[in-house]
Amino acid sequence: MSTTIKMTIDGKEIQAHPDQTILQAADAAGVYIPRLCNMKELIPHGSCRVCTVRCNGRPQAACIQPVADGMVVESNTPELTEHRRAIIDMLFVEGNHYCMFCEKSGNCELQAMAYRLGIATPRYPYQFPHRQVDATHPDVLIDRNRCILCGRCVSASRDVDGKSVFEFVGRNSHKRVAVNAESGLGATALTGADRAAGVCPVGSIIRKRTAYAQPIGQRKYDHQPIGSDIEAAGQK
Amino acid sequence: MAKPKVATASLAGCFGCHMSLLDIDDRILKLIDLVDFDKSPVDDIKEFTGPCRIGIIEGGCCNEENVRVLRDFRKHCDILIACGDCATMGGIPAMRNTIPLKECLDEAYLNGPTVYNPQKILPNDKELPLLLNRVYPCQEVVKIDYFLPGCPPSADTLWQALVALLGDKPVELPYELIKYD
Repeated sequence: MSTTIKMTIDGKEIQAHPDQTILQAADAAGVYIPRLCNMKELIPHGSCRVCTVRCNGRPQAACIQPVADGMVVESNTPELTEHRRAIIDMLFVEGNHYCMFCEKSGNCELQAMAYRLGIATPRYPYQFPHRQVDATHPDVLIDRNRCILCGRCVSASRDVDGKSVFEFVGRNSHKRVAVNAESGLGATALTGADRAAGVCPVGSIIRKRTAYAQPIGQRKYDHQPIGSDIEAAGQK
Repeated sequence: MAKPKVATASLAGCFGCHMSLLDIDDRILKLIDLVDFDKSPVDDIKEFTGPCRIGIIEGGCCNEENVRVLRDFRKHCDILIACGDCATMGGIPAMRNTIPLKECLDEAYLNGPTVYNPQKILPNDKELPLLLNRVYPCQEVVKIDYFLPGCPPSADTLWQALVALLGDKPVELPYELIKYD
């Protein structure tokens, strides 16, 4: 039995292992599919839908859809780019994203995705929701104004740290990240060294006393769009 | 042929975007060759003298005066640009949007730790424009044609956008000129 299969992404023929997802196969082949909630070391759960591709004509989240022999994947199409833009627009208006003073600005994956998609401003009206900040922990803080409900902290705390400090509560616009202690983050088992404290794609969960360490111009996405590293590896 | 006219205004902003416009260095001499300024803090003309090609708006709308000025700009300008994060998303002033207006005023004029106000007066002079219930991004008040994000947008961003629009070309900003901070 062959250990590799053949498939195409945007017309480019690539080889993949049968146990890979579309996203993993694309990464390995140097084709960047935009994503927000996905992170290599965490179990993918397809929550943000930014990585949605057309797989043999049907929309599927690339981070959870396994590859198959002869699969035809479309990712970089006007329709899917528009769909991704709409998701990013909604994430911006549904939270309070003040990039101008955010500690994560320049290293933020949400901001970087908006830059990559060339978004000057979201098309929807801003919601200005009322959200809570929890600074009770000595080394880590949660600013829920910036949370995009990707679930990385939830799975990192549960699957990597083995502590289940974070969990989602509520539904729809009331959905938020809660912690497993009534008085707040400071009373949980979380430490500043935990993986869960370092996986947030935005500035929602940040380690204290680490802010603004890199000057403007030297931050991760100041000059190169998000995904450039994957695309550069594919051109070698 | 007369030079096209440009008007600018700072609404609920900090004048940082205007400072960024001045930060185009010696290109400011080229700018003066390209355009005349109409209503603007740059030349201190208070009211429009006629129609303008381009209006640049810094800041969102936090009071009724801002709304009046913004509508006046829409009426007089062919192209209206929302310039900077305050104009496009409310910016720092919009941080009050999650707090009721009365609570904001009480904190600023009555309860704040450094407030000295023995007569407990909230500003209510007729000369003062009424505050809106919240801060509104410009596109929620009038139609906006172009958005330049940034706090402030860099001098290069402003220059490239202006030169493109004055030359009747589309505004196509490279990756490094679209920034939200």
